[in-house]
Amino acid sequence: MAFRGKRPEHGGPPELFYDKNEARKYVRNSRMIDVQTKMAGRALELLYLPEGQPCYLLDIGCGSGLSGDYLSDEGHYWVGIDISPAMLDAALDRDTEGDLLLGDMGQGIPFKPGSFDGCVSISAIQWLCNANKKSDIPAKRLYCFFSSLYSVLVRGARAVLQLYPENSEQLELITTQATKAGFTGGVVVDFPNSAKAKKFYLCLFSGPSTFLPKPLNESNDDDEEVQESEFTRERTSWGHALRCSGNGCYSNAEQPCTAGIMLEAV
Amino acid sequence: MKLLTHNLLSSHVRGVGPRGFPLRLQATEVRINPVEFNPDFVARMIPKVEWAALLEAADTLHLVEVPKGPIEGYEHDEKFLRQMHHVLLEVDVLEGTLQCPESGRLFPISRGIPNMLLSDEETET
Repeated sequence: MAFRGKRPEHGGPPELFYDKNEARKYVRNSRMIDVQTKMAGRALELLYLPEGQPCYLLDIGCGSGLSGDYLSDEGHYWVGIDISPAMLDAALDRDTEGDLLLGDMGQGIPFKPGSFDGCVSISAIQWLCNANKKSDIPAKRLYCFFSSLYSVLVRGARAVLQLYPENSEQLELITTQATKAGFTGGVVVDFPNSAKAKKFYLCLFSGPSTFLPKPLNESNDDDEEVQESEFTRERTSWGHALRCSGNGCYSNAEQPCTAGIMLEAV
Repeated sequence: MKLLTHNLLSSHVRGVGPRGFPLRLQATEVRINPVEFNPDFVARMIPKVEWAALLEAADTLHLVEVPKGPIEGYEHDEKFLRQMHHVLLEVDVLEGTLQCPESGRLFPISRGIPNMLLSDEETET
């Protein structure tokens, strides 16, 4: 979603924003459908599922089932959770194949440990960062979400969560809670130099350390090379990584700077 | 809600932990939904199945021809896999309730969608 004005999360909780009207607009907006479908495709790509194997996946903030449909088309089975009854109604109308649950991700994922081979989320988790009730503490809700997500994933499975972070503090809040919950991984930023095309994917891994996927980048220059994202045991400072444009920037270890941020499990 | 989903759902009411499984199923409306048979997927799900919970749910819904457990060489047994495919993926509970076995809390199912929203008091801290 391109925000030209206020961010939706500032106006209230998602179940009020995504009412019948918004749900109806959402499923008819062809540009929206195109963007969401592309992001679902990229998220699935970043999941690095074993080739040719139908998997059982979790779709967080599944909404009207746009991303879920993509998962089905790729031969996977999925369960979607969303907090908006109107969006879930739209999903029913669209006859999506996955099972749907009405639920609040900030309250935890109500499944047995080791239920899912992977998890995707498109444009949803930034909603956890705003308190809509006096009793909401974003950090607690984020931790509840990430710790239960960690549990319901098969050991060694991944979660790829596309999000629209409001600022670097919010991204840090999110990544801190994910790390606390036991995940390793990092943020992959596709097209970091394009205000319009820039996309953030939080790529989490529930096993021992692995590689961080290479972000997508448009070369403006023939000589410009896409930086390799190397997994190191070095801590990258958040501020540094977030300010970095990814071109000719070097960290303390004199490694080429990535357009991503590494997480280390605490 | 498919029975595969029911077999993995667990109550997340505060303090309940692993005693929140399995959710006791009651159904007032059930539909049979044809789903394309994928033996690879069914075979991969078999190790995840909690058989006692599955058989209890199948019994509640008066399903027949439900295998009682995994048989030897099930990965290549088409009859077994097709029966499991039907039970896990083609039986859709449209209206009913799920009950947390520990807290007694009821989660309603409407239009095939379980409502798992908790109150503030019920949420894990």
